[in-house]
Amino acid sequence: MRKLLALVLAAMLVMSAACAFAAETFKIGGTGPLTGGAAIYGNAAKNGAQLAVDEINAANGYVKFDLRYEDDTHDAEKAVNAYNALKDWGMQVSLSSVTSKPAEATAAENFADRIFGLTPSASAAAVTAGKDNVFQMCFVDPNQGSASAQYIADKKLAKKVAVIWKNDDVYSKGIYDTFVVKAKELGLEVVSDMTFADGNDTDFSVQLKDAQDKGAELVFLPMYYQPASLIFAQAAAMDYAPKWFGVDGMDGILTMEGFDKALAEGVILLTPFNADAKDEKTQKFVAEYQKRHGEVPNQFAADGYDCVYAFAQALENSKAKGSMNAEELCKLMIEQFTTMTFDGLTGANMTWSKNGEVTKDPKGMVIKNGAYVGLD
Amino acid sequence: MMTFLNFFISGISLGSIYAIIALGYTMVYGIAKMLNFAHGDVIMVGAYVCFYAISRFKLPPLAGVALAMIVCTILGMIIERMAYKPLRQAPSLAVLITAIGVSYFLQNTALLLWTSSPKVFPSIIGRGAFKFEFNNFLLEGQLSVSHVIVLTIVTCIIIMLCLTWFTGNTRMGKAMRACSEDKGAAQLMGINVNSTISMTFAIGSGLAAIAGVLLCSAYPTLMPTTGSLPGIKAFTAAVFGGIGSIPGALLGGLLLGVIEIFAKAYISSQLSDAVVFAVLIIVLLVKPAGLLGVQRPEKV
Amino acid sequence: MTYAIVTVAYIIFQVMSSAGLLSSSMRGMLVPICAYMVMAVSLNLVVGVLGELSLGHAGFMSVGAFSGVAAAVLLQNIIPIAALRLTAAMLVGAAFAALAGFIIGIPVLRLKGDYLAIVTLAFGEIIKSLLNNFYLGVDSGGLHFSMLTDNTRLLAGGKLIIRGPMGISGIQKISTFPAGFALTLIALAIVFNLVNSRMGRSFMAIRDDRIAAESVGIDITKYKMMAFVMSAAIAGAAGCLFAMNYSTIVANKFDFNTSILILVFVVLGGQGNMLGSIIAAAALTILPEKLRSFSDYRMLLYAVVLIVVMLGTNNANIRRFFEKLNPFNRNKDEDEAGED
Repeated sequence: MRKLLALVLAAMLVMSAACAFAAETFKIGGTGPLTGGAAIYGNAAKNGAQLAVDEINAANGYVKFDLRYEDDTHDAEKAVNAYNALKDWGMQVSLSSVTSKPAEATAAENFADRIFGLTPSASAAAVTAGKDNVFQMCFVDPNQGSASAQYIADKKLAKKVAVIWKNDDVYSKGIYDTFVVKAKELGLEVVSDMTFADGNDTDFSVQLKDAQDKGAELVFLPMYYQPASLIFAQAAAMDYAPKWFGVDGMDGILTMEGFDKALAEGVILLTPFNADAKDEKTQKFVAEYQKRHGEVPNQFAADGYDCVYAFAQALENSKAKGSMNAEELCKLMIEQFTTMTFDGLTGANMTWSKNGEVTKDPKGMVIKNGAYVGLD
Repeated sequence: MMTFLNFFISGISLGSIYAIIALGYTMVYGIAKMLNFAHGDVIMVGAYVCFYAISRFKLPPLAGVALAMIVCTILGMIIERMAYKPLRQAPSLAVLITAIGVSYFLQNTALLLWTSSPKVFPSIIGRGAFKFEFNNFLLEGQLSVSHVIVLTIVTCIIIMLCLTWFTGNTRMGKAMRACSEDKGAAQLMGINVNSTISMTFAIGSGLAAIAGVLLCSAYPTLMPTTGSLPGIKAFTAAVFGGIGSIPGALLGGLLLGVIEIFAKAYISSQLSDAVVFAVLIIVLLVKPAGLLGVQRPEKV
Repeated sequence: MTYAIVTVAYIIFQVMSSAGLLSSSMRGMLVPICAYMVMAVSLNLVVGVLGELSLGHAGFMSVGAFSGVAAAVLLQNIIPIAALRLTAAMLVGAAFAALAGFIIGIPVLRLKGDYLAIVTLAFGEIIKSLLNNFYLGVDSGGLHFSMLTDNTRLLAGGKLIIRGPMGISGIQKISTFPAGFALTLIALAIVFNLVNSRMGRSFMAIRDDRIAAESVGIDITKYKMMAFVMSAAIAGAAGCLFAMNYSTIVANKFDFNTSILILVFVVLGGQGNMLGSIIAAAALTILPEKLRSFSDYRMLLYAVVLIVVMLGTNNANIRRFFEKLNPFNRNKDEDEAGED
């Protein structure tokens, strides 16, 4: 049935394209940390989204976008300000926020204002909880935690596991919580449980020593790649070579300028995006991104890119008009996102549940000779 | 026992980094009586300059360090001339706020120039380590001390000795001490207070470049915000040792590092920061001018 | 005078807001601006009037925010009227912050100058670190709390309010602009009454010459403590107001940078000058939002403006020029002259 519908739609599209109508333009806005310590994530998502918008606009299809990103410095207060600035600009559909805590604050505004939000990368469960019009493009943190534990147990990677997590970070804590519960359920033994925080994220010798002394065969790292790169270097210096297991925040480590890829050899990570993938879509995206920004895109950029394309598909499917206000579009988008299937860079056949969580397969990757290799 | 020693070495490594940043803080504070909150960001600039010199332009490491020092010294002098000098007569809080403005400025300029992607700093002397094997009844196992740390500690001590000699024996150094004691009297004795303070900033910024290179060699990631948090820790270390005192900065830095590592290892990794600051408070209550600070009697 | 200006500003904004003349960006900032104004007044009591530098004021804001929000959640069914619940929450926030101020004041006020400043910084960081590891939940059996890990073991139907590093989520936004205005007026009233009382004169005597003050029999520790606790309480109420304006709050929000931001308001507005602090707080909160059109250069410009303003306000010529313009400010320059 769905296929038939798609066919009909495609046919209609061809016909309408032939008639050369004026495109419907939508104002799409998002907030993210463009300055400050988390700037890398915000800028990546913004650049990815911008690339998608440029492609879509150049294609002269049914939909055109007018994209604007505002800086929220990874702070809930500034995110609400940024969101309000976008509202004043006339935003019709929203890319919510890039990071979790700001997204939680702006999602409450999205809900109250009835502006549909699709966040590229804010993965905390609280972002979508209780809001019918806020959706996620990334895995939700608790799922990543339990999926990681499941994966380790299924593949019998280790019996004794150590966790190093960031104690003042919503993302890290969200994954850690469910990981520990699930690990226990599956009979994995968490022998070492250590943390770090913003002010002391340079020296990891204590955490690593603890894991080593307690005989952990695998270290689980629910964190972003910047501290992880320090952990790998310090572990190598103390001749500790356990199996490393990361989550989607680990993606990007291979593209750090100057990073010694040998340090990340054998690291396993669950990530939806792989910049080295051989499919045409990914290669085109990576090449274009590199041309514009001089660096390999990370998962945030891919998420931003996918969000825009998902919006384009949903807007086109629902025959939305550029003249509609945010509330009308919100209704259409909820309808579309809960029923449609979307193929993007970060997964094929994505679907969304009523509460806004995405269903897509996490790809198990292992780093071999400085590149990702698919597992299973 | 071996674990304890290894943690001690980690603490000294971390501490030596704090110490070398703290030397810059203490130097400027001692003479200009201002908390230069932009110091951490000058460190970041130094590290970036060195990074680009070595990885992009393939200069030898020593040339990279020298270039970073030159750039930072000039930068320090420009900052001092533009932002701090006009405020010589203003209340010290006004200068503090200006320093914070400068810190924002440097961070955001770095963000525009060098983007937000973290860079991995190239090793200036390799990632090797001295390894000691112990096999007696007391100690058993391996102790490893990385080359970078040895270099940092040696550099720290050399800088400390040089600074002590400089402030004690040269004309300029004596002028600096005079300024720190009493600006008015120093002026009366024919010392050019303005240029003395400018000189202090130049030296402090040059030290920041070295600190930046060593910080990023020991913990090799580099972002526009790299300098700010270690900067605050180092400032704490400087106060801990007695701000204004050069040996105090070294002692304070090393102690802070060791306390931080021990707190993580033996108390709680989650509360290590709280423990570090609690120790600081206790020390200041017992010795209100820091460990090696001089308590000056108040004039009535 | 200050009251009048604040009231007029409030009425203008309230009318504009209800007439729909304000942009959503401006309307969204009204409550945080009030919170920052109150914070600035509160810190000015310590820095401007008492003459001690505090670098950890966000810590009190944090204590007030967390305790206040927790109280509001607990009172949800007991006090159905939002305004009353907000008032109760702010009182709880103020009380806890005052308690924190008292505990911290005991060691801090024995120190002087930069050492006092660094100890307040240390306490601010300690508060942040503790709150990042604090769990508080409620169920039919009452309140449960734990440190480090979530050991609250709530019964079914229980609710975890404070969740360590994840802070508080799903806060009901009950802060309003009128409430913010009321809090600003109350804070001003408290501070002005303090400053113009016997106690206030003692504060200023201590600030201007500690030894002389001591020699005429002023109990320095007692007065310093009173000012410090009062300031902490006001900051706690402001923190509560701030937190109840967002759906989520984390301990990391109230870090060293926030403390510094508030200090910037105070120094820019003039130490001891409450109206100045209020204006500076409002201006510096709005400024980065107004600079959004410069996109990438926004924070860079903010830094430049900050430096230029500091240089400008401390330039003798420009200052004299402004004093000539301001007919109300005649006796201010004597005050300020005695400060450094």
